[in-house]
Amino acid sequence: MTDAQLLGVAVGLPLAGTLGVIATGRRPNLREGVTLVVAVLTFASVLQLLPSVMAGARPALELATPFPGARLAFELEPLGMLYALVASGLWIVTSLYAIGYMRGHHEGHQTRFFAFFAVSIAAALGVAFSANLLTLFVFYELLTLCTYPLVTHRGTAEAIAGGRTYLGILLTTSVAFFLFAILWTGFVAGTLEFTPGGILEGKIAGTAAAVLLALYAFGIGKAALMPFHRWLPAAMVAPAPVSALLHAVAVVKAGVFSVLKIVVYVFGIDFLAEGDLSVWLMYVAAASILIASIIAVTRDNLKARLAYSTISQLGYIVLGAALATPAGVIGGGMHIAMHAMGKITLFFCAGAIDVALHKQKVSELDGIGRQMPFTMVAFAVASLSIIGIPPLGGSWSKWYLALGAADADRGFFVFVLMASSLLSIAYLMPIVGRAFFRPSTQGAAPEGPALKEAPLLCVVPLCLTAAGSVALFFLAPQIKALLAPLVGE
Amino acid sequence: MIEHLPVLQIVIPLLGAPVCLLLRARGAVLVFATAVAWCTFAIALASIGIVLEQGEVVYALGGWVAPLGIEYRIDLLNAFVITVVSGVGAIVLPIGPGIHGHTVSASREYLYYAAFLLCMAGLLGVAITGDIFNVFVFLEISSLAAYTLVALGNQRRALRAAFSYLVMGTIGGTFVLIGIGFLYQMTGTLNMADLARLLPAVLDNRAVHAAFAFLLVGVGIKLAVFPLHQWLPNAYTYAPPAVSAFLAATATKVAYYLLLRLVFTIFGIGFVFGALGIAPLLQVISLAAMFIGALAAINQTDLKRLLAYSSVSQIGYMTLGLSFGSVAGLTGGLVHVANHALMKGGMFLAVACIVARTGTSAIADLRGLGRRMPATMAAFALGGLGLIGVPLTVGFISKWYLVLAAIEAGQMLLAFAILVSSLLAAVYVWRVVEVAWFQEPLQSAPHGEAPLRLLIPTWVLIGASLYFGVATDLTAGIAAQAAEQLLEVAR
Repeated sequence: MTDAQLLGVAVGLPLAGTLGVIATGRRPNLREGVTLVVAVLTFASVLQLLPSVMAGARPALELATPFPGARLAFELEPLGMLYALVASGLWIVTSLYAIGYMRGHHEGHQTRFFAFFAVSIAAALGVAFSANLLTLFVFYELLTLCTYPLVTHRGTAEAIAGGRTYLGILLTTSVAFFLFAILWTGFVAGTLEFTPGGILEGKIAGTAAAVLLALYAFGIGKAALMPFHRWLPAAMVAPAPVSALLHAVAVVKAGVFSVLKIVVYVFGIDFLAEGDLSVWLMYVAAASILIASIIAVTRDNLKARLAYSTISQLGYIVLGAALATPAGVIGGGMHIAMHAMGKITLFFCAGAIDVALHKQKVSELDGIGRQMPFTMVAFAVASLSIIGIPPLGGSWSKWYLALGAADADRGFFVFVLMASSLLSIAYLMPIVGRAFFRPSTQGAAPEGPALKEAPLLCVVPLCLTAAGSVALFFLAPQIKALLAPLVGE
Repeated sequence: MIEHLPVLQIVIPLLGAPVCLLLRARGAVLVFATAVAWCTFAIALASIGIVLEQGEVVYALGGWVAPLGIEYRIDLLNAFVITVVSGVGAIVLPIGPGIHGHTVSASREYLYYAAFLLCMAGLLGVAITGDIFNVFVFLEISSLAAYTLVALGNQRRALRAAFSYLVMGTIGGTFVLIGIGFLYQMTGTLNMADLARLLPAVLDNRAVHAAFAFLLVGVGIKLAVFPLHQWLPNAYTYAPPAVSAFLAATATKVAYYLLLRLVFTIFGIGFVFGALGIAPLLQVISLAAMFIGALAAINQTDLKRLLAYSSVSQIGYMTLGLSFGSVAGLTGGLVHVANHALMKGGMFLAVACIVARTGTSAIADLRGLGRRMPATMAAFALGGLGLIGVPLTVGFISKWYLVLAAIEAGQMLLAFAILVSSLLAAVYVWRVVEVAWFQEPLQSAPHGEAPLRLLIPTWVLIGASLYFGVATDLTAGIAAQAAEQLLEVAR
């Protein structure tokens, strides 16, 4: 198969998988088999593209031309490669986890769930492969719409309200700002294609350019830059696998991926840096990082706390983009993978605790480390990665981000990164502490039920992703090599 | 044969109507009328092919050359409109009246088909003719037939709705006629091409200004442009749903076509946008239509009325596209003629499906229908996504051109307003989605889908609205060419 065909296959497979899931809906084991097989095949086809992209090739595939001069097309470059690998790789693990969770939690409408899940992955891969702003926007919107049934999966009043916020904020920002920015870009630059070095230099300047950047930064609501972050906590009414894959990996990373991609391939980091166009964005991102961290400390609901932690961590990536230095962009890109691996583990753990012990609040977690040792050790490992302590993946991306801030002569942001690390210790480590060092509140039985882990299909995936956080620490040089062409190295 | 296609386009449905009266038998009329409608559609497709290949087609009726005789003149603009009208007609007509209304007894169904074919013939006639008095004649044929069709609704209020439609429509028709009279007085001709040639010499004359004002208001009523839209919500609400689908997709579109002809071909943009300077006025009216129509739609409790107000809002997009006087704007307005016909036609047919199974179109009674009638509600939701302008639907294509036109004109606020108003569509569409999918079904809710006779046309229109959301050669491609031609003539 040629590389171009592989691009089509990688997006087509999950779509075909959707049909397979619907067709086998009456036989759950077969249905889940379809999901797993498709997930593995999808990952395999993405992985096959890696060597050529590493070697400098840019596989491309033309789809359609709905407007003169604006086409729907795929073209894979390093950043998209990284995002596609993360999304499709973690889909396999999440599928395993989802089987355990959905059955352990006795959720209804599982066929619908797995069907929309597969479409969402196809949309995420479409975002990753997009060759221009139009294609990016099309798949970005598709991702919003096909995750809506997943967010509202339970159909309760709370789920409907959450769904409204989710759709309301994501659609409003994307239509009113993002689409506007795209059309404006097309008008001044005469093209929408992602081009190394950017397409806007010399075409737009001063205030207008800064306004355009603002339209992108806030228009890409999935990046959850404050004040357009409310959808992310609202989406936490979804079942845990959705929160894990979509709201720690595919959806939010589609947002920050788009921001990075636009900074690198539409504005061009030299253009941004020379004009000091993105200085305001650095401060907005820094505010988003710190405020969200502080809110996270105050949240007792575990998933809500993780959601605010995500908002804060997404701010890192936007900051990396806004710094517009090579190290900043590399750090931001790397953080897509590092944070994804860490945060998905944390959400898996939250879901496992919910399935095994029916607990959702941090204050209820005293002593559960004895009942759920595997889960809580994984939680601790992932927490350390989010905080950024070696030998875990998160330490590398933070290092490069700090380096990027230093390169830009902006020591203040080095300080912001450190402060936020401290805050993340404050909102994550107490959970680990409670679980292992406080006596169980269940009291009566001194030893409690010896071991009460979630189903095996929940525990194995979260151990895998925790191990993944360690592995990413050692893979960081390869990721850096992959991303190097972004900054012309 | 081929050279007579322009006249056959009109004669076949026009003569088909009385033949329906002679046939009478239910099955025979259905087969005959369907054949006539599809034949009309086939002719339209053939004509558009010829126009694309050879350029403008001029046909002198009865061999009498204009300006003495009447001529039919087909360029890309009206070939496009004719294709939309006859296509929607061919898809909607076979549904018939019996499936959701009870006022038409089975023995008198032939009257419905006769009125339907007459309406089609009238609408096509307005679009095809090159003679402005002929326009008035066909406009009245289509309007009278439309009043009849609206009156067939199964509630008594349909009669009142039809009557006020008739009153408003007649006022509109009269205004058009007065305008034509002034033009004839000033130039001595009724042929549009002749008018375009003779008018520039007398453009300063007050009578010409008055003619334009009368024509603008008259056509505005037929187009239901805000604030002349009062007849539309009741007419669409109480008409049989299939009739609403047909009228919403075609009647206002033909009025829009007429407006384009008046502004660009007959009077010329130099006069309309230059001397009279009505572009800002048109923009204000369009914006008001877009926002007030959408806000009204949000507050409706009946699905058909919701769609009707949504139409008022969508007509605002079309007139806004016209007001830019640029290729991008006209392309957006014109492609929205086809796109809105597909989306709104499909959505009204989805309502027809609902009414056929539940007997009501109140939004509160849609509870749980997402599970009971998944194919119908999915069609409705996809049409709704189109109204919002989500990518991969036709609505996105229209929106793209309109916003681009606003940005090209340097009107950033207007571009922003278009985008914001499209979000209002999300509110009224989502109200329906939430009721249909997240509420428990009523005890009386039906089990099972609408009959295929309804479901297939619904999905044909909705499917087309998705197909043309990606493959735009036949819609936006032709619309862009037509817009270029129109602007060339106007200069």
